[in-house]
Amino acid sequence: MTHTFTSYKSLPALCVAVALLLASAHVPAAEPEYKLTLRNHRFVPTELRVPAGQKIKLVIDNQDASAEEFESHELNREKIIPAGSKATIFVGPLKPGRYPFFGEFNQATARGTLIAE
Amino acid sequence: MLGTALIVFREVLEAALVVGILAAATRATPGRAAWLAGGIIVGLLGSILFALGTDAIAELANGIGQELFNAIVLGIAVLMLAWHNVWIVSHGKQLAAQARSVGDAVHDGKLALRVLLGVVALAVLREGTETVLFLYGVTVSGQVGLHAILAGGAMGVASGALVGWLLYAGLLRIPLRWFFTVTATLVLFLAAGMASQAAGFLIQANLVPALIEPLWDTSALLPGDSVLGILLHGLVGYVARPAGTQVLCYVLVLLAIAAGMKWAKPPPHPA
Repeated sequence: MTHTFTSYKSLPALCVAVALLLASAHVPAAEPEYKLTLRNHRFVPTELRVPAGQKIKLVIDNQDASAEEFESHELNREKIIPAGSKATIFVGPLKPGRYPFFGEFNQATARGTLIAE
Repeated sequence: MLGTALIVFREVLEAALVVGILAAATRATPGRAAWLAGGIIVGLLGSILFALGTDAIAELANGIGQELFNAIVLGIAVLMLAWHNVWIVSHGKQLAAQARSVGDAVHDGKLALRVLLGVVALAVLREGTETVLFLYGVTVSGQVGLHAILAGGAMGVASGALVGWLLYAGLLRIPLRWFFTVTATLVLFLAAGMASQAAGFLIQANLVPALIEPLWDTSALLPGDSVLGILLHGLVGYVARPAGTQVLCYVLVLLAIAAGMKWAKPPPHPA
């Protein structure tokens, strides 16, 4: 039965190894920063132009009294932004195009689009 | 009210699928009901605590605390599911024959139940925290009456739980000789899906590179926000536009657990 234990114990080691490998290959650079504000459960601006082909740092400032979940299927991103706080989400590099996003907790009003060009 | 119900349903669904699969997978483990219930209760209490601490978590590690939290919770769940699957395979024959665990298997069995509690608690914790924050948010904004929020919340929880129960009831109908293979396969894909999600959070936090993002785009074929897309996301980790690193982690975890299960399988002689 000993082989049972070696097999599942090697899994975390494997994951750590992969994570380290990926992290070592990754050189952080200063990504250009773009800001979105949430006010009255609406995104300001509703359309945000960002450069295509490079990673960007999206900072979302939630000025409402309740938490919001930023979500975008097109960008494959989701993040909760607590009331009255800022959240950072890294996006891209994107191909030129339109990437809709929304606030999951207030979908009727909180909608916007990232335009990569 | 329906809007509230729908969002709560979506959050509850993911946890309910995990609970449904695990409840079925552990059907032959004595005393599992209490441990399942324990996991749900721990998860719910944890959800309230974590919802209260969201601000603090969000500010950790330069604003990527939430991603780290999610990735760690998912990572632990993946390890627990991997262990569970390997354990089930090495004890499958015994469990299928309804045999009581003997000797060191008793100790192992207790550990399996703790792992069960752990995975259920973590699944409920993750989705529960979001649900609590959402319900608190609608209450504070005052646009919807409290009764409508409570009714909508209850409807969402009930319908999410119903889907989980349907999955559980459906799995129990599978003939016993296929049963462990089917549930172990479901747990395997569940774990791989969680690994991919964890990778997604680390990419979002800029901690690991995405490699190629998206690696493919099947959103025209099967949108991630369609009913089937949501179900497949919860069951096998379907993402319409996955990043390369997500797919890599998915495949690695899938292969690692499958290899562990193959290793742990008792030699094919009659028990």
